[in-house]
Parts: sequence; structure tokens; C-alpha cells
Amino acid sequence: MSEEQIKNLEEQFEARILRDDKIEPKDWMPEKYRQTHIRQISQHAHSEIVGMLPEGNWITRAPSLRRKVALLAKVQDEGGHGLYLYSAAETLGISRDEMFDQLHTGKAKYSSIFNYPALTWADMGAIGWLVDGAAIINQVALCGTSYGPYARAMVRICKEESFHQRQGYEIMLKLANGAPEQKDMAQDALNRFWWPSLMMFGPKDDESPHTAQSMKWKLKRKTNDDLRQQFIDQTVPQADILGLTIPDPDLKWNEAKQGYDFGEIDWDEFWQVVKGHGPCNKERMKARVNAWENGAWVRDAAMAYADKKSELKNKQAV
Amino acid sequence: MSDKKNWPLWEVFVRSKNGLEHRHFGSLHAADAEMALENARDVYTRRNEGVSIWVVESKHITASNPEHNGELFEPAQDKVYRHPTFYDLPDEVKHM
Amino acid sequence: MKNENLYNYILGIADNNLILGQRLGELCGHGPTLETDIACTNISLDLLGQVRSFYQYAAKIAGDGRKEDDIAMLRKERDYLNVLLVEQPNTDFGYTIARQFLFDVYHFLMLTELEKSQDLTLSAIATKSLKEVSYHKRFSSDWIKRLGDGTSESHDRIQMAINDLWTYTDELFHQTEADKVMVAEGIGVDVTKLKDDYYNQVGNILEEATLEIPERKYFQKGGKQGIHTEHLGYLLAELQYMQRAYPNMEW
Repeated sequence: MSEEQIKNLEEQFEARILRDDKIEPKDWMPEKYRQTHIRQISQHAHSEIVGMLPEGNWITRAPSLRRKVALLAKVQDEGGHGLYLYSAAETLGISRDEMFDQLHTGKAKYSSIFNYPALTWADMGAIGWLVDGAAIINQVALCGTSYGPYARAMVRICKEESFHQRQGYEIMLKLANGAPEQKDMAQDALNRFWWPSLMMFGPKDDESPHTAQSMKWKLKRKTNDDLRQQFIDQTVPQADILGLTIPDPDLKWNEAKQGYDFGEIDWDEFWQVVKGHGPCNKERMKARVNAWENGAWVRDAAMAYADKKSELKNKQAV
Repeated sequence: MSDKKNWPLWEVFVRSKNGLEHRHFGSLHAADAEMALENARDVYTRRNEGVSIWVVESKHITASNPEHNGELFEPAQDKVYRHPTFYDLPDEVKHM
Repeated sequence: MKNENLYNYILGIADNNLILGQRLGELCGHGPTLETDIACTNISLDLLGQVRSFYQYAAKIAGDGRKEDDIAMLRKERDYLNVLLVEQPNTDFGYTIARQFLFDVYHFLMLTELEKSQDLTLSAIATKSLKEVSYHKRFSSDWIKRLGDGTSESHDRIQMAINDLWTYTDELFHQTEADKVMVAEGIGVDVTKLKDDYYNQVGNILEEATLEIPERKYFQKGGKQGIHTEHLGYLLAELQYMQRAYPNMEW
């Protein structure tokens, strides 16, 4: 294809997205679109499955059977969501194994929030309430993204996730209305997860290199800062209902902008955790790599068995 | 990474309830058809979404090429006489 | 307690579910593939769902103000009546599947009989559970075949798991005093009668999976009397942690 032809195709492609046409797997797409989507969708998938770990730690210690089954179902859902997203990325010509390999070798990133430890039961509440709350804001926006398989995965995920945040908030409610020890536990969890949750929306707009392109492709519908503001504005009243205090002395209502002003995020911490220096980066990766490596003989066995059976079937057919 | 073959990809179709058609729900990996069915049950019908499942290995699906969309699908666009609204009938004739 | 035999009988069934559900819960997020991970969690959720029905019923029978969670989480080591098989650790996926399989075949046979119980609550729980357990049995049997007749490595690993866990199978068919009373009243299942069927079914699958049926004359027992392997203590330490560290609170 000549450069002229490619330019032409690209123009048509951008026009399709502008018209809200969905792009489907076999459609022509610019290489950059493909690569950007592989990167974002696989990162999203990695975040789901690494995200299983901090909460997974507490399944065996859940304080009641009701909480145990809810948490199990939630963590299981995250595995399912990872699976939907890996499948969406696979339509772009990358295999799940390759994506796992990128994760395990540190080439691919995942959401930094999961590099923070889940120390107490209240963290299950805070993660559901804040982390899922932040994730939902991002994900709802993505239901209208331009790449069909990604958008469809997001629709399914958003539908399933609707119980996740409620599950977390209900945990917080019980704690906040419980014994003083429980309320302290809830406040402590909020203190530790508040700032990392704000960081989930990524760097400030003026330091976010992909924003413009991502907006054009509807990989983003709002900027990082807008989404962060939306999260804060919806979460502060929820903290009030709990009777908990957001750990930000600079947080106050701004009548003019009809939103909250808030304090400076510790961006140095953000970048350090992204670079692998968070409290749990190593543990999380080790857990993923172990699961994968320890499962190799199982996957091989299933394949060998399937091959034997299909050979047998072929022979019988002859 | 293991040097052996990886589990192939399967497409999953689920009938939500009798009377409805099977609809494409998504994909998954499985070593064989039996496992694909079981995995589909565990992955895609956790919330009571189905009464019947089809699985087919993705490589067995033949898809039309979007580059041929013009010749494949556009010729149908101007065949308006295939649609009921093409035909003029007086308002008195109801329900036809 | 007025009906202590019934209470103990229920625990003898339910504790198996609780401990095995807890064991499977440990694996969530660590499976060999995402699909398998999700499947094992489904089994855990089924077992824990069943256990809640059993404990709620046991709480009613006990009638001393305890609730399902008190029964699940606030007993001492020696008061848990599960069989030794279900408390064995997730050594690897082979052990997980072997344990599941050896339990599922029993579980299905037992529930099929429990469905005929004179006790309508137990019978209803059995009916609901049977559909779930029927799938568990299918899932674990399929995996026994895949691992047994897969690669030579998987064959050896699953054979070792079966050999190691075999010693805990005979206990499934031991009767406690509570069992005997319940059988006499038409409430309980006479597990001694399930034994032949069990070993036949297990044997058939193992054979299909190209695995050896272990020959063993001496079996481990004790779980039904609350005499467990050392593994149970650690499992309970996690299971009970919150209830012990923060007594008398609502969650």
C-alpha cells in the first residue's frame, strides 16, 4: 500500500470513529490504534487479575460466612473480567500467553493500587467502596469506546460490577456503625486507600501523554482530572454518611465550581509505585508467576489428553 | 513459558432462555470441547444467564472480510421493495 | 440440648463442606488458568452456600442463641467433625483435584440418600445440593482423566496424590453414635452401605484415567471424633481469626 493510500484509509478510519461507528476485529485499523488498544486492554486485564490478590488474601479470614461468599464471588468476578478483557485483546492478534508473559516479565503494567497491602478486614470495605468506585467511573466511560470487543466487554463488566461497590460500602457501613474498634478500623482503611484511589485516575492532564489521542479514539471520554474530580465529588458525601473523615485537610466545597477542592497528590509516590517500588509489587508478581508456572504441567496435561482423544476419534472415523 | 501447545480459543454462544436464539457471549480457552463447555458454564452463566450453550473452536469460524463489505452488503441497501414501507396503501387498511 | 444427635449429625455433614470450601477458597486467584480458577471458586461457593443452610438449621436445633457463624467459627479444634480428607492441604493442583474427586463421589452418594430423609429440611437441602454436587463430580472426574491420561508428569503427580489421599477414604464410611441414632430414626444416611458403590465408581474413573487403584489395608481415621490432622489447626486459625480477635461484633 502506498503512503497516499494509507493516509486515505486513516482519514476514513478517523471519520468512522467520529461518526460513532464501532471498529471490529477484522476491520482495517492503523497500526498505532492496534498497539494502543493491545496495551490498554491488556493492562486493564492485568489489573483485574492482579486485583484478585489483595482481596483474595482475605477470603479465608472473612469474619462471617455471608461476607466470605460475597468476597469469593467478587474476587471470582475479577477473574472473569480479566478473562473477558484478555479475550477482547486477543481479537487484535495477541495471545493470552504473550500477554501473561509481558506481565510476568514486567513489560506490561497494571493498576498501581493493587501494590498496596490489604492489612485489615476494613480494607475489603475500602477497596470495594473506593477502588471499585474509581474503577467504575473509568469503566462506565469506556462502554462507549470505539473498539467493539472492548466496548462489549466493558458493558458486561459494568453490569456485573454493580454489586462490587455496594459490597464494599456495606462492609464500611457495618464497621462505621459498629464498635469503636470497628470504626477505627474503617477510618484507618480510608486513610490508607484514599490517596492511592485518587492516583488511580492517572497523572494530571498536563502530564498525561496519551490523553489527546485516547480521547479521539474514545479510549477516554473524559480527562484524568475530570474523572478524578467526579470521583471525589461523589465519594465525599458517601464518607459523610459513614461518619468517616477524608484524610485531606485541604478538602473543601467550592461553590463556584460546584465541586470539591482537594490537596496535592503525592506524585512522587505515584511514580515510585508505577516503577515497581510500591509496598507489594514484588509479592504480587511472584504470586502471578507462581500460579502460572505451577500450572504449566496441568495445562500441558489437558492438551495432551485432548490430543490423544481427538486422535482416537479420527482413527475410529477411519 | 511452556514450550507445549497452548489451550486454543473457543467462542461461546448462549441461549438465555428457551424461545430465544443462541447469542455470542464471548470467548475462552479450553483444551477440548468438553472442557470448553464446562468453562463456558462456569465463566458465562454464573448469574443464571443461560439454558443452553454452544462452543466452537474459534479457528473453525469463517468470517467475511470487511474489505468486501461493499460488494457483500451494499447491494441490499437500495432494494427498498423488500420492506413493507415501500408499498403505498390507504390508511383505512389497517394491520397489513 | 434436646436433640443433640441431630445437631451432631448435621455438623458431621456440614463441617465437610465448610472445610473443603475454605480450602478451595485459598486457591482463588492462583489457579493454573483463569478458567480453572473460576471453576474451582464456583465449587467453593456451592459448598459454602450449602453449609450456610446446614448451620442455620443446626442453630435452630441447638436453640441456645448461637447463629450460623458462631457454629462455623467459634468451636474448638476438637469440636469440628469433618473427615480428615477435606482438611488436607492444596499441595498442588493434583492434590486439589484428587481430594475433590474422592470427596465428590462420596458426597453425591450420601446426598442421594439424604434426599430420602424423614427430616424435611435435610431432604430439601440435599435436593438443592445434589444438582451442584453432580456438577462437581463431573468436573473433578474429568480432571482426574485429563491428569491421569495426560502427560507422564501429570500421570505421576495425580497418582501420587491419589495414593496419599487414599488413606483418608475409608473414614467416609464410618458411623458415629449420632449417625446410628439418626439412621434408626429414618433421618440419617447409613454410610456403611455406600462403601461398595463408592469404591466401584472411584475405581472405574481411575481405571479410565489409566491410574492404579491403591492397595491399602490400613486407613487413617478420627475426624468424625474431632481428632484431626495437624493441618486443621492452621486452617481454623485463619477461618476464626476475625471472630476470635474481635469477639461479639457484627460484620
